[in-house]
Amino acid sequence: MTNPIVEIRNLSKSYRRGDQIIPVLTDISLTIDEGDFLALMGPSGSGKSTLMNLIAGIDTPDSGSIRVAGVDIAALSESALAAWRANHIGFVFQFYNLMPVLTAYENVELPLLLTALSRRERKERAELVLDLVGLTDRMDHYPSQLSGGQQQRVAIARALVADPTMIVADEPTGDLDRVSAEEILALAERLNMELGKTIIMVTHDQRAAAKAHCIRHLDKGVLDEVVETMD
Amino acid sequence: MLGLFRLAVRNALRHKLRTGLTVLGIIVATMAFGLLRTVVDAWYAGADATSANRLVTRNAISLMFDLPLSYRNKIRQAEGVESVSYANWFGGIYIDEKNFFPQFAIDAASYLDLYPEYILSEEEKRAFMRDRQGAIAGRKLAEEYGWKVGDIIPIRGTIYAGNWSFVLRGIYRGADKKTDQTQFFFHWDNLNETVKKREPNRADKVGVYIVSIRDSGRAAEISKEIDAVFANSLAETLTETEKAFQLGFVAMTEAIVIAIEIVSIVIIGIIMAVMANTMAMSARERVREYATMKALGFGPRHLVVLIFAESLTISLSAALAGIALIFPAADFFASKVGTLFPVFNVSEQTLWMAFAAATCIGVVAAVFPAWRAATGSITKGLGSIG
Ligand SMILES: Nc1ncnc2c1ncn2[C@@H]1O[C@H](COP(=O)(O)OP(=O)(O)OP(=O)(O)O)[C@@H](O)[C@H]1O
Ligand SMILES: [Mg+2]
Repeated sequence: MTNPIVEIRNLSKSYRRGDQIIPVLTDISLTIDEGDFLALMGPSGSGKSTLMNLIAGIDTPDSGSIRVAGVDIAALSESALAAWRANHIGFVFQFYNLMPVLTAYENVELPLLLTALSRRERKERAELVLDLVGLTDRMDHYPSQLSGGQQQRVAIARALVADPTMIVADEPTGDLDRVSAEEILALAERLNMELGKTIIMVTHDQRAAAKAHCIRHLDKGVLDEVVETMD
Repeated sequence: MLGLFRLAVRNALRHKLRTGLTVLGIIVATMAFGLLRTVVDAWYAGADATSANRLVTRNAISLMFDLPLSYRNKIRQAEGVESVSYANWFGGIYIDEKNFFPQFAIDAASYLDLYPEYILSEEEKRAFMRDRQGAIAGRKLAEEYGWKVGDIIPIRGTIYAGNWSFVLRGIYRGADKKTDQTQFFFHWDNLNETVKKREPNRADKVGVYIVSIRDSGRAAEISKEIDAVFANSLAETLTETEKAFQLGFVAMTEAIVIAIEIVSIVIIGIIMAVMANTMAMSARERVREYATMKALGFGPRHLVVLIFAESLTISLSAALAGIALIFPAADFFASKVGTLFPVFNVSEQTLWMAFAAATCIGVVAAVFPAWRAATGSITKGLGSIG
């Protein structure tokens, strides 16, 4: 498992606020191997989300390069990037971000609408991942009828359904109670161990980070050289 | 794509009250638009029902002045003229002033020949021709006042003083929907003989001549020729096509028609603003959802389709209901105004215009939210609380 899936070189990103330029990430270089489970930690405002968004291709860097599975995503056009995300990235958000008007099943099916799969194939795939997250019996429930933990499991199923290259999760347990958080982390661990999914997870929680293979720390936009390896 | 439409419909139904009120607004607006367009059409109906083969010759000064009966033969001699009839506007009052309908004294035989669109049974036609006191009325007019053949119709003269009474000998129907079925005709000879006794100097005068021509392409030429015959005489004439003649009446009230047209467009404008507001409110609440969809890989084009589909679902479904309601609304309106509009039909064009207006409403309302969703930043959208 030494095949690099993400290669970041000299990445910098800053935001403008009025005529002030605020550096958020400075000269970041980072390699993530295929099948890795990386936890990204750091104080609030250190740039964790920004870095993850850049890797996931929903934000663009000021300078530097990001290669994911051999593709320089900073060079892609907006629509090419959208198609790239559909194929390569599964998102899990802190606040789940499910479509409230769609059932659990329909939410999971949503990313498959971008594929050429038939209705029946979509059904098979969606039911498979719903089974994986243990929500087969809640398929027809709307998000408002599910607990936070259940919603996050639906979100994980949605992230998995199109079989992406990697899963990015920004504080996936940030809004959950201890028990639900444990369930989500156990699920993430299984995805990584059993299905070999590459996972990048931003977290504040030491216990959550402990599930990862390695932990990297960000502080004021600078990546700490120290690599904590868990196993 | 089908999945996107499902999402669009669900989104449309998300705020039941808000969408419901918007839908109600569009229904009412579409119905009002259709009704107003129909009123405008009704205004021009007289001109629509004209024949290109008929000219009208009147006094050049104004319609208030008449022409000598002797002109008939001179007009008939003009090149290209097939036959000539004539009529006088009677303008009497039936029982009450509010019972308005057009009454004409006509040279019956020639007039009915020139207007084959007024259809009478042979029997009724013969009865009318035989009875100097006789009259005929359009089907709608007879229905309005409950007249039957054989009824005595009393009319109080205004232009021609005195009390008049006629015997209804026939009820004509129109050859098609455009035909005016609210007119009342009686014999010119009857009028002329009575006038001869009461006001001898007003006798043998004709209001308008109706001239039938063989070749409608030569209408302008023949009109000029007829008017040339009477140039420099005591009563100069003005001849024009029947259509131009009818439009002359409409021109007097054109300002009202224009006002109605403006109102019909303003209604659409207002409801467009209401609909745009509904869509903008929805889009603002869904910034985070649209950003999520983009993160999942949906492109700007998908969001544009999603938002247009939602907007058009609302506007077109409401418009179809509104269009269906134009018919009962028009019927109700027509029953209220009686025979004021002789022809009051909802035209196919009106329906298409109402449909086009609704499409416009849906499209215009979707443009800004779609543009915002398509171009908005994903990271900012995800950060926003929906
Ligand atoms: N769109 C933006 N415009 C301006 N500044 C921004 C924008 N997004 C992020 N920032 C700033 O960039 C810095 C890093 O933000 P980021 O969200 O990456 O931090 P984070 O490490 O994820 O923090 P948290 O733990 O609170 O989520 C912060 O100072 C933030 O205010
Ligand atoms: Mg963050």
